Parts: sequence; structure tokens; C-alpha cells
Amino acid sequence: MSLNKETVRKIAYLARIRVPEDALAGLAAELNHIIGWVEQLNEVATEGVEPMASVVDITLPKRADEVSDGGIAEQVLKNAPEPVVAPGTDGGFFAVPKVVE
Amino acid sequence: MTALTGLSIAAVRDGLASRDFTAIELARAHLQAMEKTRHLNAFITETPEIALERAKQSDARRAKGRALGPMDGVPVAIKDLFCTADVLTTGGSHILDGFKPTYESTVTAKLKAAGAVMLGKTNLDEFAMGSSNITSYHGPVKNPWRGKRNDDLVPGGSSGGSAAAVAAGLSACAIGTDTGGSIRQPASFCGIVGMKPTYGRCSRWGIVAFASSLDQAGPFARSVEDTAILLAAMAGHDPRDSTSAPVDVPDFAAALGKGAKGLKVGIPKEYTMDGMPAEIDKLWKQGIAWMRAQGATCREVSLPHTRYALPTYYIVAPAEASSNLARYDGVRYGLRVAGKTLDEMYAATRGEGFGPEVRRRVLIGTYVLSAGYYDAYYLKAQKVRALIADDFRKVFGQVDVLLTPTAPSAAFAIGEKMDDPVAMYLNDVFTVPASLAGLPAISVPAGLDADGLPLGLHLIAKPFDEATLFRAAQALEEACGFATRPPGFGGNR
Repeated sequence: MSLNKETVRKIAYLARIRVPEDALAGLAAELNHIIGWVEQLNEVATEGVEPMASVVDITLPKRADEVSDGGIAEQVLKNAPEPVVAPGTDGGFFAVPKVVE
Repeated sequence: MTALTGLSIAAVRDGLASRDFTAIELARAHLQAMEKTRHLNAFITETPEIALERAKQSDARRAKGRALGPMDGVPVAIKDLFCTADVLTTGGSHILDGFKPTYESTVTAKLKAAGAVMLGKTNLDEFAMGSSNITSYHGPVKNPWRGKRNDDLVPGGSSGGSAAAVAAGLSACAIGTDTGGSIRQPASFCGIVGMKPTYGRCSRWGIVAFASSLDQAGPFARSVEDTAILLAAMAGHDPRDSTSAPVDVPDFAAALGKGAKGLKVGIPKEYTMDGMPAEIDKLWKQGIAWMRAQGATCREVSLPHTRYALPTYYIVAPAEASSNLARYDGVRYGLRVAGKTLDEMYAATRGEGFGPEVRRRVLIGTYVLSAGYYDAYYLKAQKVRALIADDFRKVFGQVDVLLTPTAPSAAFAIGEKMDDPVAMYLNDVFTVPASLAGLPAISVPAGLDADGLPLGLHLIAKPFDEATLFRAAQALEEACGFATRPPGFGGNR
């Protein structure tokens, strides 16, 4: 498999990373080099092998379905680049560019 | 005062207990050393006020006869990947500009509760992605060791600042994180001990995530005993991390001093790599002889899928990273670069906020997880990962620990290996397999190369058998008798 400029543009969009047009070709070459190198895994016979997502062999623990935190809107907003505390509401908001018309 | 900066944790513990010095004196000596060696760029943020305050509290506790334990009053440097309340936490990235967490990571909270004195936040590769500390937005760290050519050398990575700080005597110990070798390789490059515990031994809560199925916190120090003492203060079950293991933390230090008699050491034949420098091979063979002289038995074992570990890692880790790093969107914290639409703001922020290596890995991860490629790359890698873990399971039916080199070279010059990402990735060829299998592993400084630079040997043990790992590591440490300080940063041990 070989990644061309168009594929890189597409995955950069999926990853929401702006890549300048003149950097696409160089990036495609770099990524191809890495992908070509990892493709040696095709040599390994893996029929019937269960894929391993985690080395931890435990069932995920459960806890009582109770509220265990909250009420810390101020802390949640503390690092926001553009926090907005709207008057008349009990919490604040993260301001972002308009998303609805 | 300078002698205070060369002390081991064990010596600090004893010195504080017998009132030879105070925690305040100790903190001041280390803060002064940090100030004098800022050219190393080991710290992104120094926290002298916190250090002096905690040292004061430690002295006050001790005066009342309420000292907490072996870490009370001990200076420690924190990799800037651990969230620390109200202290800048950058992850080495531009995209976290100005981020001051409102909470403390579990591991640093445990250290604080044990009385440890935080000196500052150490430099690292951006989001822990790198083997040289060169990808940090805050500039490269210099290794306190210098070869005969007197070049500025890398300290390794990603926990390069932590390793450099301990090697240079700026801190008695440090904590780092290890995803594919990020504690062990810099420990080898800087001539100190660095240890990655079993996956699940330390809580990941509050650690800036890179690859969640691999990330583990671990200790750096100048002796095996010290890493055992420090790990005991970091480890333990945490309900806030669902992968944190609900198992007891044994007294690691109690396993020490028992020697290697009767230990079965495996030597994996697949770790002999084409083009491996003769010096690395020689040190490895010397390590086998040392372990035998200490009473261990050594035998060759086979881990057939070893050579596939690195390519497996470079699918799994970027895939997980691409998902974890999706949170950096310019909305809730850190850098925001304006855009006309929300999508444009995301793309502009992430385009400017991520450095080239992070961008590369997020794109690789996005690609291998994308429709049409998931099975061919990501699922395939997960299957090979299962085979690699199975190789280890089989050999640990025959032996107690495995002995390998830590890294395929000594520290290289800043600026080298920059053109080819794959060449840089090869730094972790010996450390990545244990990471994929979640096994505990340690790098012990074992010798110097022809250029006078330190080289480490690497031991791997069974899951949750850190006690045996420390025991074997101490036997190796004793046999090699490595003088652990770089020239110009000397001091007693």
C-alpha cells in the first residue's frame, strides 16, 4: 500500500490537523517509509490468533451507580482559552465559533 | 553542601533520621544545583516554593517524631507528563500552553502523601513520543555525560529530563513514564537505574495519556535499592484507573540483599541483532558472566517473534495516540488558534500545536484505524502482540528473569538520527517487547563504551514479580560496580 498526497490530505482532515499544501508530498514520503516498514508484519502467520487489546486480564470493575463528583464547573472552566460565564445560569460555557446558522 | 546532592535515597533517609542534615538543607542544595545547571535544560518548570514548603513540613513532622517513611524529605523530580495541581503541566507540547491542572495525578499525590519534596517538572519528548528528548517544544535536554568528542549528547527519551536530572545530581530520584522504553533507554544513556513496573502496578490517573494499553509510571535513581524504595511509594491500586491492578504492593526493598544464587536467567537468542555494535554484544556477554559469578544459572531461550515487536508497537502506539490526542481541540484547555468555523479552529490549533513527530504519529494512527485499513494494520498488530506476549509466557515457565542489552547504542549527539524516523525508532528495539507484554523491566548501568559513555543492561521479569527483578538487578549492579556519576557532576554515592 502506498500513500499518495490525496490520502495524506484525507487522513489529515480526519485527524483535524492542518497541513500546508507544500508539506503534503514530504509527509506522504515519510509516512510511506514507516508504513512500508511495519508491513513486515505480513510475514507472521496469525490465523486463529485472538487479537490482544490489553495485557490486563481482569474484568472491568463495577461500582454503585451513584454520582461521585460534580459541582466543579469553575475548575472545569479554569483552563479554557475562552470561558464564558453566562449571566442567569448556574454554570459556565466554553465559547467556540458559531456552529449553527 | 554539595555532598548532599550526591546522596542516595537510602542515605538521605538515614541522614535525616540521625539529624545529620535537615530536609530544608537538602532541598536548598538541590535547588542550587538546578540553578547552576540550567544549561542542561532538564527542567521545564522549577518549583522551589513547593520544594521548600514541603521540606519545611517534613522537618516539622520529624521534629514531632512523626516522620512518614523512607521518602519523607527526599527530593524528587517529576516528568512533566504528570498532572500537578496548580503547577504548569506541558507534556512537552505547545498545545498545552499555560495548562495548570486543578487536580493531582495519583502517583504524584502518593509521593506527596509520602512526604517527598517535588523540585520541579522535567523536560520530555512531546507527549512522550521520542527517544532523544529532541521533540520537546521546550528544547532538547543535554546529557550530563560528554564523550571524547565533547559533543552535546541526547539524554535519551522520552523521560530525558528526569534521567539527566538524576545523573547530574540535581535530584536524588525522579519519576518518568515508559510506553516503549521511555524510562529504560534514558537510564541507559545517562548511566543510572530506570525501571518500568508491570502494566497496572501504578495508576495512570492524571498522567497525560500517550498509548493507554502501554503507558506505565516508574522510578529513576542512582541505585537499584533506591528505585525499589521509590516504586513502593508510587505503586498501588487506584479505583480511578480501571486498568490499575487490585493487588498488594509488596515491600520491594525487602527482596534486596538476597543475591542471585539459584536465580534462573534466560538469554533470548533473538536479541542478537544484525549490525549490533560489538561493544553492546561484549557487555551483554560480560553481563551473563557477572550473573553466573553471582550464583545465577544462565541458559539460552527463544522468543521467536522478537523482531516483529517494534513494527507492532509502531501500529498499536500511534493508533492509541491518535485517539487519546483527539482531546486537544483548542476548546477546553491549552492553545487555541482562531478559525472561521469550529472545524477550522480544530485544524488550525492542532496544526500549530503539534510538533512534527506527534503529527506523524497521529496521522499514522488515524490511517491504520481508518475504514479499509483497520484489519490489515491494527487488527494484525494486535494479533502479533498476542504472539509476542505468548512467547514471554512460555519462557517464564523455564526462567525467572531475562537478560538483554537496554539499547543498541550509547547516547548520540543532539541532531543525529533526525532524518529517518525509523532509525530513531530502533533505539527501543530491546525495550519494546516487554512493553507490549506488560512486563516489569529495569535498566542497570553496567559499563562505559570506548568513548567513555554509559551503557545499560536490561532485565525483564514475570508480571507483578518486581521483587525478583530488583533482586536480580541488585546482583548485577553489585557485580559490575559501575561508578554512576558523569565527569564534572561527581559526588559520593
